[in-house]
Amino acid sequence: MRTRYRLLVMLGAALLCGCVSSIDQVTMTDQSAVQMRSYQQRAFDTADKEQTLRSVIATLQDLNFVLDKADVDLGTVTATKLSGYQLRVTVTVRPRGETQMLVRINAGYDEEVVKDLKFYRDFFTALEKAMFLTAHEVD
Amino acid sequence: MRAFLAIGHGLMRATLVAFGVLFVAGCATLPEDAMELSPDSLKQRQLQTRRVEGIDEKALLAASVGVLQDLGFNVDEAETRLGVIVASKKRSAIDTADIITSSLETLAVEMVFALVFGDDEREGDIHFDVTQKIRICVVTRPALDSSGQPLQDTQVIRVTIQRLVWDDEGNLSREESIEDPKVYQKFFDRLSKSIFLELQAI
Repeated sequence: MRTRYRLLVMLGAALLCGCVSSIDQVTMTDQSAVQMRSYQQRAFDTADKEQTLRSVIATLQDLNFVLDKADVDLGTVTATKLSGYQLRVTVTVRPRGETQMLVRINAGYDEEVVKDLKFYRDFFTALEKAMFLTAHEVD
Repeated sequence: MRAFLAIGHGLMRATLVAFGVLFVAGCATLPEDAMELSPDSLKQRQLQTRRVEGIDEKALLAASVGVLQDLGFNVDEAETRLGVIVASKKRSAIDTADIITSSLETLAVEMVFALVFGDDEREGDIHFDVTQKIRICVVTRPALDSSGQPLQDTQVIRVTIQRLVWDDEGNLSREESIEDPKVYQKFFDRLSKSIFLELQAI
């Protein structure tokens, strides 16, 4: 009887979720790249990539993250926060023209992309403080 | 008729459970303040940070790797140009005091249940923490003077530690940052000794 319940539950869940193959998750995204970038990235008026990365790292430490990876040439930092939940972020720093650095963050939580705009705003607010610079919105 | 009703009842229960599962899965949202600086973040920063004089950044990183090795950590990632070292170790998480308290708690709860409901056949459901993965991240940066210029041979070092704990059934029971000042104090005590050795070797 127990097994039959479990089967019914799984069947019910599958029917309610619609027919999506789990392998489609590899290329799955429910927002356009332009839309995502609009809230995931900001430009800072500095040409110093290394210093920007160091500020990103300091900010992540302030926010209780422990780093997983850092690469200065590629300009990426990946970090994890454990606080009763697991939150993983990747921050990239790339030059934008001659005078700016473009900082982009993406985050994953509980098998999902974080889409809460406040989350990204809070990150850039904290980063602005560490950089002593204003985060500019970019198109 | 009765059999039919029973099947209908079973289906309804299953559907309810399915809805429950989806509801819970869908509602696991990230806490709103996940990316906010908490009021005690400054305090945390202070206890995780030290200023070290008389050593360049690379030598300080080398001394830090030495401490991590002393403590049995394996280095997972290092980027010297950013002053970053990440290391981890897997260790036992068995805490005798914890086991005694949780056993007593469960026992007490079961006794109350038995008294109230007269049900003495409840299965005991005690879980103990068994293994843990400790992750540590060391970040160094050159200290700056009041005009923002790097000071000669003076560095700032910040250490952050977190851990994942699994219970006897292999389920993740805890995921947390370590905020105990004693842990950081001990790490920095060891670091000063390691720095001393590092400077002697140079």
